[in-house]
Amino acid sequence: MTLLTLCWEFFKTGLFSVGGGLATLPFLFEMGNKHPDWFSVQDLTNMVAVAESTPGPIGVNMSTYVGSTVAGVLGGIIATLSLILPSIIVILIIARILEKFSDSKLVKDVFYGLRPAVVGMLFASVLSVFESSLFGGNFMNGVDLRYLALFAVLVFGIFKLKKHPILYIGIGALIGIIFGF
Amino acid sequence: MKELAELFKSFFMIGAFTFGGGYAMLPMLEKEVVTKHKWATMEEISNYFAIGQCTPGIIAVNTATFVGYKQKKNIGGIIATLGVVTPSVIIILVLAGILDIIFEYQIVKSAFAGISVAVCALLVQALWKLAKSGVKDVYTAIVALMSAIVSVFLKLSPILIVVVTAIVTVCYKYIQSRVKGVNKQ
Repeated sequence: MTLLTLCWEFFKTGLFSVGGGLATLPFLFEMGNKHPDWFSVQDLTNMVAVAESTPGPIGVNMSTYVGSTVAGVLGGIIATLSLILPSIIVILIIARILEKFSDSKLVKDVFYGLRPAVVGMLFASVLSVFESSLFGGNFMNGVDLRYLALFAVLVFGIFKLKKHPILYIGIGALIGIIFGF
Repeated sequence: MKELAELFKSFFMIGAFTFGGGYAMLPMLEKEVVTKHKWATMEEISNYFAIGQCTPGIIAVNTATFVGYKQKKNIGGIIATLGVVTPSVIIILVLAGILDIIFEYQIVKSAFAGISVAVCALLVQALWKLAKSGVKDVYTAIVALMSAIVSVFLKLSPILIVVVTAIVTVCYKYIQSRVKGVNKQ
């Protein structure tokens, strides 16, 4: 029964949280209010911290974590599958429509305008990632020079060497440990 | 069958090495999907992101479904999506009980601080590549600038930005074609 409720709650979350990432958060708060035996607000705050530092989409991490807390391994898997099911269905439908109309002038025109809009939106999220990762949560804090040095070296390496992103992530972790970030 | 396995493998890697979620997947996506396998162009990734802003669900999942569908229809979409979520599910399930403790260790904190600096550096290049594929002329430069300004300062909802941009662009293209038509006459 719990599994069924879990499935339904996460399906709803997946269906209505538009825009990804932390967009699932308000739904999880509501879920916590509705099922106080599942997790508390404090639990949720811990979950966000964990989900942000482990690899993978935050929404997926959150649903696995919540599901496994409530109903074990099976709960984690069920919650995650329920979360992604609505978007798989919606995107498969849109992908099919797009395929049909990919040569239409209207679709081409729309994407011609949307691509730069995405660049602008990405710029905004990159800024907020910078703020939390390089400036310790607030631009006013200033930047740790060791962080800045690593950042500069990596940017240079990334543009010059064109190696796989995993390499730079590994270097970041190593330097972080060696220099005690 | 081989391509399905490749899809799963690539998206598994993307899921395993995306720290921070959402747009943070772009550097991995660019390397695996655009450069290595040529499953999609940077323009198409950009299109998927725009659609992902207005459709339900996580951007990473939406993009995986799109790329998978493009290669192998419905089954491709499903396999790619399962690939991108599997690492998170495994990691969280294995670590669920001890996650709180792990992040207390200084060495883990240091490693993650270093990783997040690396993610910043990777995002600079991803943004650069996305800009090169999307900003082609004066109009698209203005759209990018406006979108950045309203996102940073007004914190407008991405859905609103996408919808308004789509409408304005269609009008702009219509007027442009009319003006060209008049000039020809």
